[in-house]
Amino acid sequence: MIGELGQVALCFALALSLVLAVSGLMGAGAPASVARRVATSSAMGLLVFVALAFGALTYAFVTSDFSVALVANHSHTLKPLVYKISGVWGNHEGSMLLWVLVLALYAAMVAGLKRGGERLTSAALGVQGLVAAAFLLFILFTSNPFMRLDPTPFEGAGLMPLLQDPGLALHPPMLYIGYVGLSASFSYAAAGLLVSEEAIANNWARAARPLILMAWIALTCGIALGSWWAYYVLGWGGFWAWDPVENASLMPWLIATALLHSALATEKSGAFRTWSLLLAIAGFSMSLIGTLLVRSGLITSVHAFANDPTRGLFIMVLIFFAVGGALALFAWRAPALRVGAAFEPVSRETTLLLNNVFLVASCACVFVGTLYPLVLDALGGAKISVGPPYYALTFVPIFFALMLLVPFGPQLLWKRGDLRAAWRALYPALGLAGIAAMVVLALVSPRGIAATCAFAVAGWLIGASLIDIRRRRGARASAFAAALAHAGLGITLMGVAGTTAWRSEALTVVAPGQTMTVGPYTLRFDGVTREKGPNYIADRGHFVIMDEGKPGATLEPEHRFYPAEGQDMNDTAIHTTGLRDLYLALGDDRDGGRFAVRAHVFPLAPLIWLGGLVMALGGMLSLWGRLRVREPEATPAAPAMAQAAE
Amino acid sequence: MKTVIAFLLMMVPALAAVPETFSDPALEARARNLQRQLRCLVCQSESVDDSHSPFANDVRNLVREQIAAGKSDRQIEDFLVARYGDFILMKPPLQSDTWLLWLAPFLVLGAGGAVAAVVIKKAAAREA
Repeated sequence: MIGELGQVALCFALALSLVLAVSGLMGAGAPASVARRVATSSAMGLLVFVALAFGALTYAFVTSDFSVALVANHSHTLKPLVYKISGVWGNHEGSMLLWVLVLALYAAMVAGLKRGGERLTSAALGVQGLVAAAFLLFILFTSNPFMRLDPTPFEGAGLMPLLQDPGLALHPPMLYIGYVGLSASFSYAAAGLLVSEEAIANNWARAARPLILMAWIALTCGIALGSWWAYYVLGWGGFWAWDPVENASLMPWLIATALLHSALATEKSGAFRTWSLLLAIAGFSMSLIGTLLVRSGLITSVHAFANDPTRGLFIMVLIFFAVGGALALFAWRAPALRVGAAFEPVSRETTLLLNNVFLVASCACVFVGTLYPLVLDALGGAKISVGPPYYALTFVPIFFALMLLVPFGPQLLWKRGDLRAAWRALYPALGLAGIAAMVVLALVSPRGIAATCAFAVAGWLIGASLIDIRRRRGARASAFAAALAHAGLGITLMGVAGTTAWRSEALTVVAPGQTMTVGPYTLRFDGVTREKGPNYIADRGHFVIMDEGKPGATLEPEHRFYPAEGQDMNDTAIHTTGLRDLYLALGDDRDGGRFAVRAHVFPLAPLIWLGGLVMALGGMLSLWGRLRVREPEATPAAPAMAQAAE
Repeated sequence: MKTVIAFLLMMVPALAAVPETFSDPALEARARNLQRQLRCLVCQSESVDDSHSPFANDVRNLVREQIAAGKSDRQIEDFLVARYGDFILMKPPLQSDTWLLWLAPFLVLGAGGAVAAVVIKKAAAREA
């Protein structure tokens, strides 16, 4: 019954999304205020009905209603409640429903915030409605989550043990709030192009910026969560593998970061108007391509649970129309909106422009690296693989160059900056960079050029942020957003460089009572006990860190067996000092109570995710400042907009 | 070449006592480095060094045997490519069908830089 209710709700949602598309686009024309009211209420209605469908599916998962095929294939009665709920999006159909839920959420937000004036909002809602309709059609025709099973199986097949993890329960929703959030800036950009009266159109950047920020914050957190999950779950501490699916989330992040900076210039000084529009289109295109990569089975990876060519084809057609349509609109309308901005070669505008050049180039690098092997293979060429060494030689130098330039941005004024003064202000940061490099060279072994450079750049970034914070002390909180985000970048860089350069590991077989050493740690193995979890059986290893002969903290890595799924999984144990992780994975059982153990020491590893968090905090400060202050009315565009709305 | 490989493979049992780790740190570093450059064909997203799959285990043994037999890194890579194709290399080779892959990021960077230079020049002209 609940399943059918969800199905009906989805059909209503589809109808409402079509109403939203038509009324929204009609409302973009000057006097049609009725259409605008219809658009606003259908955006709210869309959210209600998609939420209803999502609620119905969640209910089916929580109550283990195995007459719903999706629940039978991905759930199990013995699974803990939290994983029954996260199982809703731990599969293709459910995750697409989550996708649409977030899309509807953003539509409702656009309708509720009404930023950028009534006509722009209306047009943006219309575009959002079109996208929602396309994805609802996709769900109803290729990925219906409410398919029934007859006869109803007695028990479900369970969820991949890898996915039964708190980090992975949160990672997809977070990532989707980011991915799909870029649809809002896409809709606003398209709206700006549709309502091509300049006074209105150029409001789009200010209107969309909080939504871009929201998406960016969520993407940053989502990527960090995914990387953290990979780190502790895979058993060898890999936090980033340049896997196609990771790349699929990195590409929208890079474009969103570029858009964030370019929209700032558009809003503050009117520069790069058409470029920001193009980036907004590109950002959502990357999200769509990411969805295609992950959901179509084009690539094989742990994420590609779906292997259905019709789905891939549908998304490809969707991308063709969404991206092609938006680009055609851009080519048609953008030239009319182009107003050349005036700024000196030394100015904040220039730094933001360079930021965009480097970010787009690094995105191009990830794009080519991810898609080139697929295209080459499709064309009948050789089968090649593109791994970390490729990105080390392409992405890393481009991104390093970007990080060298970052500190100059906040130091230069809009329109006309003073490079010499900026240099002078940044001398202490240069000093900090030098000190960081010397410390690495003098005190830490093994020495390496890569680690030395990385720490110098990190010192440069963090030093520049401290200088920026000091300069702005007493200002409102949002003034510190950039400094915080840039410092976060430096912190992550230290984490990545530190773990990569100074990791140590030990692969040994130990018997109870024996000790083993890894890096600076000595560990005593106290044997293994058999434990029973809610839906697994585990061998739990007991290890004690020995500090000069005295026992200290204990670590309990587990080797779990999930009978429902018939799969094994390692649950690693991590002891962290905040600056260094001791990481243990319990291997297989050797005879005589002996166990294979994989131990690692990852210096500075926690900084990788701490930096991500600091970056996201910077974004939140900016967002908070933006939402707190109501939209300024005294902009040049505002009077014209008010007149148009009469 | 094929016969040489066949001969080598016949010798594998004789060399089967290759240790899981070399006692010579230089050899061990070479082995680890090579293993990191090779993709596990089973898990695909992990290197031979990181993967737990039986395939990765076999390749690790192969690498160590060949290092013990005095082969250079290049020879070992060539041997594995002949056997499994370019796909096993984490770092795609620079050849006629991959130059675009290697150059594309820098082409975009160059094009972006050129466009930026024009934009900055125009903006400066307006300012003056």
